[in-house]
Amino acid sequence: MPVKGGGKGKQAPVGGGAASISKRGRPSRVSVAPGRVPFIRDDDDMTETGDGQDDWMQPKTLVKPDDQLELSEQELKEEFTRILTANNPHAPQNIVRFSFKERSYKQTSSVDQLAIHFALDGNMLHKDSDEARRQLQKLGLGEAVSEHTISEMGEEKKEDDEEGKYEIIKSPVPTPEEEGEKREDDTTTPAPAKGTQKLTNQFNYSERASQTYNNPYRERGTATEPPPRATFSSNATQWEIYDAYCEDLERQEKSKEKKQAMLKKDEEKSKKKLTAVETQGDDISRISRAAKIMERMVNQNTYDDIAQDFKYWEDVSDDFREQEGTLLPLWKFSYEKAKRLAITALCWNPRYKDLFAVGHGSYDFMKQTQGMLCFYTMKNPSFPEYIFPVDSGIMCLDMHPEHPYLAAVGFYDGSVGVFNVVEKNIKPLYRSTAKTGKHTDPVWQVAWQKDDLDNNLNFFSVSSDGRVVSWTLVKNELIYTDIITLKLDGTPDEGPDGTQIVTLGCGTCFDFHKQTDYLFLVGTEEGKIHKCSKAYSSQFLDTYDAHHMAVYKVQWNNFHPKIFISCSADWSVKIWDSMYTKGPMFTFDLGSSVGDVAWAPYSSTVFAAVTADGKVFVYDLNVNKYEPICEQAVVQKKKTKLTHIAFNPSQPTIIVGDDRGHITSLKLSPNLRKMPKEKKGMETQKGPEVEIAKMDKLLALVREPPQNK
Amino acid sequence: MEEPAEGKKEEKETDIRRLQTYPLIRHSDMNDEMRTEAMELCVTACEKFANNNENAAKMIKESMDKKFGSSWHVIVGEGFGFEITHEVKNILYMFFGGNLAIMVWKCS
Repeated sequence: MPVKGGGKGKQAPVGGGAASISKRGRPSRVSVAPGRVPFIRDDDDMTETGDGQDDWMQPKTLVKPDDQLELSEQELKEEFTRILTANNPHAPQNIVRFSFKERSYKQTSSVDQLAIHFALDGNMLHKDSDEARRQLQKLGLGEAVSEHTISEMGEEKKEDDEEGKYEIIKSPVPTPEEEGEKREDDTTTPAPAKGTQKLTNQFNYSERASQTYNNPYRERGTATEPPPRATFSSNATQWEIYDAYCEDLERQEKSKEKKQAMLKKDEEKSKKKLTAVETQGDDISRISRAAKIMERMVNQNTYDDIAQDFKYWEDVSDDFREQEGTLLPLWKFSYEKAKRLAITALCWNPRYKDLFAVGHGSYDFMKQTQGMLCFYTMKNPSFPEYIFPVDSGIMCLDMHPEHPYLAAVGFYDGSVGVFNVVEKNIKPLYRSTAKTGKHTDPVWQVAWQKDDLDNNLNFFSVSSDGRVVSWTLVKNELIYTDIITLKLDGTPDEGPDGTQIVTLGCGTCFDFHKQTDYLFLVGTEEGKIHKCSKAYSSQFLDTYDAHHMAVYKVQWNNFHPKIFISCSADWSVKIWDSMYTKGPMFTFDLGSSVGDVAWAPYSSTVFAAVTADGKVFVYDLNVNKYEPICEQAVVQKKKTKLTHIAFNPSQPTIIVGDDRGHITSLKLSPNLRKMPKEKKGMETQKGPEVEIAKMDKLLALVREPPQNK
Repeated sequence: MEEPAEGKKEEKETDIRRLQTYPLIRHSDMNDEMRTEAMELCVTACEKFANNNENAAKMIKESMDKKFGSSWHVIVGEGFGFEITHEVKNILYMFFGGNLAIMVWKCS
């Protein structure tokens, strides 16, 4: 294979004068290795052209150039020293080029110093190839040629080689003709057989192939819908961006404001709610007057007939009955939340004649519940005017005669309290506690007293724990003083260790004398009535063996200073002369436990009582000393017990309460409030003196017989 | 009297400019998750290559290709107009930084 480059040839020295040592030079002998291609001189490239003697120039004829200097021996021997440089002497030294930059010719500093003296295209053959072998064979002959012939053969060989080279290049496979020629030339043993042998290419390769089974193709296709697309177009410009941002900012601010507004609204709402809660009262209070008027109007319309009856109805049948009278039921009062609570106290307001207070509680020892203090007016029977719910059952109450807004209340748990009606606070103004001397048993009656010397309000209470206690309202305190303890008769029982246990009576009711401040009566559970004085705390002024069972009520006569009445669970009502302790003036058997009895405010001889069988009895001693002038059941259900009764101080009306929480107002028919018979021509006398005289007259009648006895 | 007003106006302007740095989506029908991700990606890219929109666009495109499949196209610039066809649910046109508009859509 031909290879370019001077791999095989001996390259001539490069560089001007590089190889020349002396001016004359020396004939160089080059021995050519057998089988090697001898180098070819390219005379043009030779720098040492002067002598040009070569070995093969055998003829010693010196050819001198015409202009050769004739030098003497000495001159010839003269030595010249030359320094060899890498500069090409033929290279131009002064090349100028036009510089467009500087618009002038400029000498180029760098000159190419490279000079190529010889270049040869090389060729290569594989050693084992036929061609190479042949050539080797050929050259092997050359090897055999004696050395000395080489020089002669040189030129020829060169020619030959050149030819060979040509041949090689031209056609790697020599023609037989050529070969023959060579054989003739070489006169060596020919190798004709070799010439025809087919050359095997070393790079030959064998191809093998097999055919595999091809899977048959199947085509299958589906068409899908392209994903939905939409077009969108817009222009993005600085002003649009700016506007968009501005818009967004505005929107944000707005939303912020909205949020704030919402928050505010919420706050306001909550505030409103709060204020609503707060002002609800105010709002209602603002319209409360109107609402109350409205309510009264509605009630007036609803209960118009009752109001008419209350004012104008007089039972005409009374004219035909000699003595008996009737009770006309008027309004019924009840409050839904107090329906199951028995009426334990009734008290007319001393100033507002249509207003009365009702205490709710329970007389059932086993079924004690909470209590309630309600104020009703006859102008509105549908709903209480004031409501004070309390945790303990109310047992009694009393309205202050001078301060009609103050209500003293006794509770089942033994405490007493004072309510202020006009105050919004539903809690009692005062309330006694265990520390402040409260009773240990239910408080059965309370009663306001005249203000004490310090002008403090005070009231009394009586309880079944046997104490009568005076309570004084001092600023925000309720100060108590034990007035009397209800000791039982007889010597106290002696305990095993010598201690004396004083047995106490159980006070159930009391009443203060209308005129004599210090005098008061106490009824007890034992059935006794004690006449006591505030001054003596240790003993009773008098004791009446009044009843066989608990005394439920004792009351001084409104007119006569010595007469009082009592009622008891032993079915009886008795009228007493306080000076006469041995027995009652009058005794009435009502056929059932008498819950309450009350003197009429208009007459000294009239009293009314209620019984557990639901009847109201009205007596007028002036009319009938033995029988009631009216006996009337007023309850709807049979088992309902009447518990209390109260006369209206100015109207001919009574209210009765039952143990189911109802209050019934009743109008007394004319016969029940009959004044002493008017005698014709005589001026009707009125006044307490008349009443007292009337009573005295009766008493005289009653007293006479025992005195006679 | 005018000068302070102008000054105020300028101040306001700068204020607004200062406020206009957040990403503002102008148009998008992507679902929320994708939109948030794309928006955040745009913001990241535009912040990273604040002065080389080309690189930003390249980054957005490559990231979007990686995350949501190939054939996303992105334009980032301060001013351009366009009308493109996109696959629905795959477009986001937003502004960012007060002066950049970024258009990202998919269309194969």
